[in-house]
Amino acid sequence: MTLDLPLIWAAILAIAVLLYVMLDGFDLGIGILFPFAGSPAERDVMMNTVAPVWDGNETWLVLGGGGLFAAFPFAYAALLPALYIPILAMLLALILRGVAFEFRARARAGGKAFWTAAFAAGSLVATLAQGLVLGGFIQGVTLRDGRFAGDVLDWLSPYSLLVAAGLVAGYALLGAGWLVWRTEGELQGRARRWAWIALGAVAVLLAAVSFATLLVHPEVAAHWGWVGDGFDIARLAPMSPIPLLAGVGLAVAAAGLARRSHGWPFAGALMVFLSGYLGLAAGFFPYIVPYALTFRQAANADNALALLLVGGGVLLPAIVGYSAWVYWVFRGKVGADAGYH
Amino acid sequence: MHLDALMLSRLQFAFTIAFHIVFPSFTIGLASFLAVLEGLWLATRNAAFRTLYLYWVKIFAISFGMGVVTGVVMSYEIGTNWSVYSAVAAPVIGPLLAFEVLTAFFLESSFLGVMLFGWRKVGPRLHFAASLLVAAGTLISAFWIVSANSWMQAPTGYVRLASGALRAADWGQVIFSPTFPVRLAHMVLAAFLTTSLVVGAASAWRLLKDPEEEESCLALKMAIGMFAIVAPLQLLAGDMSGKQVLRYQPAKLATIEAFWDTQAGQAFHVVAWPDRAAAANRFELSIPRLGSLITAGDARAEVKGLKAFAPEDRPPVGVVFWAFRVMVGLGLAMIGLGLWGGFICWRGGLAHARGFLWAAVAMGPAGFVAVIAGWIVAEVGRQPWVIYGLLRTADAVSPVTKGEVSASLVAFMAVYALIFGAGALFILRLIDLGPTAPPVPAAGARPPGNALAAADGAEAPP
Repeated sequence: MTLDLPLIWAAILAIAVLLYVMLDGFDLGIGILFPFAGSPAERDVMMNTVAPVWDGNETWLVLGGGGLFAAFPFAYAALLPALYIPILAMLLALILRGVAFEFRARARAGGKAFWTAAFAAGSLVATLAQGLVLGGFIQGVTLRDGRFAGDVLDWLSPYSLLVAAGLVAGYALLGAGWLVWRTEGELQGRARRWAWIALGAVAVLLAAVSFATLLVHPEVAAHWGWVGDGFDIARLAPMSPIPLLAGVGLAVAAAGLARRSHGWPFAGALMVFLSGYLGLAAGFFPYIVPYALTFRQAANADNALALLLVGGGVLLPAIVGYSAWVYWVFRGKVGADAGYH
Repeated sequence: MHLDALMLSRLQFAFTIAFHIVFPSFTIGLASFLAVLEGLWLATRNAAFRTLYLYWVKIFAISFGMGVVTGVVMSYEIGTNWSVYSAVAAPVIGPLLAFEVLTAFFLESSFLGVMLFGWRKVGPRLHFAASLLVAAGTLISAFWIVSANSWMQAPTGYVRLASGALRAADWGQVIFSPTFPVRLAHMVLAAFLTTSLVVGAASAWRLLKDPEEEESCLALKMAIGMFAIVAPLQLLAGDMSGKQVLRYQPAKLATIEAFWDTQAGQAFHVVAWPDRAAAANRFELSIPRLGSLITAGDARAEVKGLKAFAPEDRPPVGVVFWAFRVMVGLGLAMIGLGLWGGFICWRGGLAHARGFLWAAVAMGPAGFVAVIAGWIVAEVGRQPWVIYGLLRTADAVSPVTKGEVSASLVAFMAVYALIFGAGALFILRLIDLGPTAPPVPAAGARPPGNALAAADGAEAPP
């Protein structure tokens, strides 16, 4: 039996990026919501709900980069120069928000205000940059002989800005959902209001991004059965569970908020993200550099992929296992007086 | 120097990685030090060990965080700025870098959460296990990154296809390329030296203020024990590494020593002013025949000079020559400090030996300087190659514009200056307060089960 190594690695990387978006999504969302907190003490609690796990969450982004380099080096070499500015902006913003976890606790009055602002601004800029990367990626990258041959600002377009706005709303929803789950009292009530607003924004922007994506490239439209003057039902039908999942996710989140549930709003937000992710991926599959390079063309040598699979096959389940254990250790509500009992 | 996208990309990579390497070279040693402190506390129940753990873990958290965020940059910068290198090198060393993420980064980042915030959430043994796993993660990370770098310095175990592409032929030879074991030892010893010098300097500073502070005296003794042993070992590892440079990268060796002519019985230039254009040293202060003795182990041996290599294959000489002398000079000073400290520990009266304490404080940053100097020797010395003999740095760069790279380089310099300034300030403030400082009023609520919360409050962890 021969394994389809490129396909297996495409699936593994897709899952890694999905995990990154969901996990770092809620802690970036906390940063986006930071300016709206009622008091400095509330901000401390918000940050403390993610302090033990944010570093592990961000490691999925390192795996995204390192994994792409190792498994699909020709995609890595083509995409990163094309998206140079938003990627570098994302990295710099992640630096400012990442150090803020420790620096906020160490700084004195004025310094603390500065690092509070750095955490909020860094989270927002990193999210916008990720949205621009995603938008620039989906609208396609110009290659010649496997090398990026487009323009410096190709990634900047109304479409990519729309995707960036959608991602900000999405991460804010994840962050608010997480806070409803992990906090109590006044902060939890505030998080519910944030979640309602973010939910409305996500519903509108998700619909807008979905229709805009159909117009971005004919290949995407064809995947969804759009034939120019109407939908081909035979092609649209197998795709329909994806928008259906988004609808269910939005409904679950809304019902959870209405019934003052603790966990369901976050669960609903995760479903919406899963749907959005699958929907976008279905549009450009099998490309890994949209409309220029398929995942097979970009794949590394078989012997490298095989070695990676031997290692990854053992290590990835272990990583998922101990990451889940760490979440289990830090389960439960985080209150203002935590740590002193 | 012509500032095109290539040169700017080189400057940016040099800047971001030199900045990044400061943190791992400190936290690799510090993670092990913390694991030892916690193990000693569990074994002896001597509260001083716990006090030291809770103190150094705060400094570890700041340094580790800075290491993480500057490290994320590296996994993308290879693609943004060195896309040709990425496509050429990935078939061979791609798996090595992915294994670093899978075996080390997840381990460190996941268990760091337990280490910092898990005092009340898990039992003492499980917490100790978390400290051990973080320490193991830092060493595993060093293993893979030095393995990948060593392969780039002396590539083995690969084949070149008709298309020019590289393929791994023997993974054992790729991972364990000939210079790897010695270079790994050299790097890990450097990390342990760096950490022990910082711990020594911080503890000496406290003793200068308060000679009765027992915790600082204990930590200083542990630090002296470490660098007194490791500094001489590092001299041996460095010498072995030099012998391999002679064998695998003779142009780098000639650069380090500013040898221009190939001859027997090369002189050792203590100081020199190498001039690449003239292919000679404008000035030199030399000891006859010592150069051949040090580099080849035989005073009469013939050692190649730079003129044996085409001008376009010669590395920049001055910076490598001087970086090497800074590294070795500091290494010898570390050995001296170890001997001096060892003598005082044997004689007694360490807490009042003010001359030694000041010397230990002055040597606090020496490890960082030596690490960066050594890195310059290794990385500038292998120019003009990025993969030795296979791919030139000039051919490895991405199709990016001068404008993009100038903007990102300036942004990196501004952001790194800011976070370095703030991080250094917070660490120096903690060092000045010392391990037994009364808790400052908490800046905010600490996360659940936070060791720092326990340290801030009156309660002892379980």
